Amino acid sequence: MIETRNLVKTFVNGDIITPVLKGVDFKAEAGEFIAIMGRSGAGKSTFLYQMSLLDEPTEGEIIIDGRVAHTMTEAEKADFRLVKFGYVFQDYALLPELTALENVLVPLMMMDYEHGHNLEVARIALERVNLGGKLDSLPSRLSGGEQQRVSIARAIADKPAILFADEPTANLDRESSDQVMDLFLELHEAGQTIIMVTHEEEYARLADRVVRFDDGKIVTAEHQGHEKKGTHRRRQHENTH
Amino acid sequence: MNGLLKDIRIGWFLAIRQVRRSSKWTTSLIVFVMVLTFLNLVVVSGILVGLIQGVSNAVRDKYIGDVMISPLLEKDYIEHSVDVLSFVRSMPAVEAATPRVRKGVVLEANYQTRAFDEKPNTAAGQLVGVDLDSERVVTNLSENVIEGSFLEPGDYDQVVLGHYLIDRYLPIESPAFTTLKSVYPGTKIRMRIGDTVREVTVKGIIKTKVDEVSLSVFMLDSQARALAGRDVDNVSEISLKLKDGEYAEAVRDEILLHGFGEYARVQTFDEATPKFVKDMIATFNLLGAGFSSIGLVVASITIFIVIFINALTRRKFIGILKGIGIDGHAIEIAYVFQSIFYAAVGSAVGLVLVYAVLVPLFLAHPIDFPFSDGILVAPLDETLFRVLLLVVTTLIAGFIPAWMIVRKNTLDSILGRN
Repeated sequence: MIETRNLVKTFVNGDIITPVLKGVDFKAEAGEFIAIMGRSGAGKSTFLYQMSLLDEPTEGEIIIDGRVAHTMTEAEKADFRLVKFGYVFQDYALLPELTALENVLVPLMMMDYEHGHNLEVARIALERVNLGGKLDSLPSRLSGGEQQRVSIARAIADKPAILFADEPTANLDRESSDQVMDLFLELHEAGQTIIMVTHEEEYARLADRVVRFDDGKIVTAEHQGHEKKGTHRRRQHENTH
Repeated sequence: MNGLLKDIRIGWFLAIRQVRRSSKWTTSLIVFVMVLTFLNLVVVSGILVGLIQGVSNAVRDKYIGDVMISPLLEKDYIEHSVDVLSFVRSMPAVEAATPRVRKGVVLEANYQTRAFDEKPNTAAGQLVGVDLDSERVVTNLSENVIEGSFLEPGDYDQVVLGHYLIDRYLPIESPAFTTLKSVYPGTKIRMRIGDTVREVTVKGIIKTKVDEVSLSVFMLDSQARALAGRDVDNVSEISLKLKDGEYAEAVRDEILLHGFGEYARVQTFDEATPKFVKDMIATFNLLGAGFSSIGLVVASITIFIVIFINALTRRKFIGILKGIGIDGHAIEIAYVFQSIFYAAVGSAVGLVLVYAVLVPLFLAHPIDFPFSDGILVAPLDETLFRVLLLVVTTLIAGFIPAWMIVRKNTLDSILGRN
């Protein structure tokens, strides 16, 4: 579904040349939940940004659904990001002057759907993340966890092919992090492809596969047993009761 | 086209919410700056032009009227004045017509106390014989008396002097321009018109900002005619005041159509305005336009800075919008709409201030310049044109910074990297 071949990213700042990705080969299939881990500076977020077409690689190829993506024009990439991808950022990345509903609505407005349909889709997405009662709340009136769930609702509203998440629980407390991960698991169980960068070993274990980065390269890619998926919810359930 | 409409719709959606939910103080401050910019654009040039318009208005109100009938160039008086006057007074558009007799006069004061070897205290002016009833309607000069009183029927050998003839109102020490010293209401002065000398009493002193009035010696028309050697059929000029809504050009044409052009020149106020006044108006208009242009540049820089700072502080969100697939044009349009909003609201408040407050205020209390009662001139069509200019300039000034930020790398914007 998405594949990178010999992906290289080098930052140049004057005379200083910093290689961040040093030839990454990676492949994810539809419906996979992949966690990308690694120490700070290992290149995991940079890799996510290249794959999600938010940045341009220095060398190498990105192929999405058989289509060479990295050579697309900026407009084609924007269209691709709109239609195929959903994003969940570490700091929620919500527009502060838009309500929860409006934040979810904005990308839908770029589609050729009717406004009424868009409103309905946005409402359903927010209800799916248990924020049906806070449609008209501005981000400043929501907790960190709620803001991240709005961000997830925005990302999944139009059923993207791939959901990219860059450390989605980094700014959240334990309870909110668990809620976000539960959402990810639900989405994954419904067939959503998810590629998530995380520092949290416990959350990475919920994925089908953990890809570990070090010094700009993938060092290991561990497949995990599906039985692990229930662990998180079970623990949460046990803690609650 | 569909894409553009979509961008406009999203731009409008974002702009409305950004304006509505941004800090009230910030919005108020930006609108306040726009109001000041608008006032700078309209009021500065309006006062400059109004300064000269004040001169023009005074000349119309106190001397020329709406239409002026004067002698042909080769003549000293209007032939068949009675017929002309009778015709114009019969015209429905004419509210009043006042005939005047003019003749150069030399005044002498203090002749009773002057020593033999002392230089005579003289001043040169124009004797103006006026018809009190019609003059009151056309110029109402009596309201401009600053000492004593104006002429009344039966005032024999009494005159009212323009204030430029009195030294305390025009303290100029010039051999070419002499004034009368120690002259007050009740003072007797001598008047010399050609070979005729007449002793008259100063009844009042009149002050206007119209030189033709300020250098005049007013007297009842019957006596002035006798002194000037004229009769009722050869007056020097006739000033016409028209009824509200009547057009001077139409009145002029009708007078000429009846053949009176053979006896007199018929000019509208604009035509009769001295060329130097017209030149001054043109010059001040040019200066006003210059100041307006500077105002416009200031406005565009102001809005550029405001939108640039706004876009810069929101660079991350612009990056996010681009990141989630929103077209850059929609984001630019959002900022253009915001700029138009600020310009439109600023202009609207400015329009209310100008037409509901400043114009009436300046009309009621003109600025007292030495040569003019300065008012604020703000013709609606010119003001609306300036509003349009301001909005267009603001639109461009709002678009450029948004475009600069939008074209930056999406990820750099999201991560706040330079």
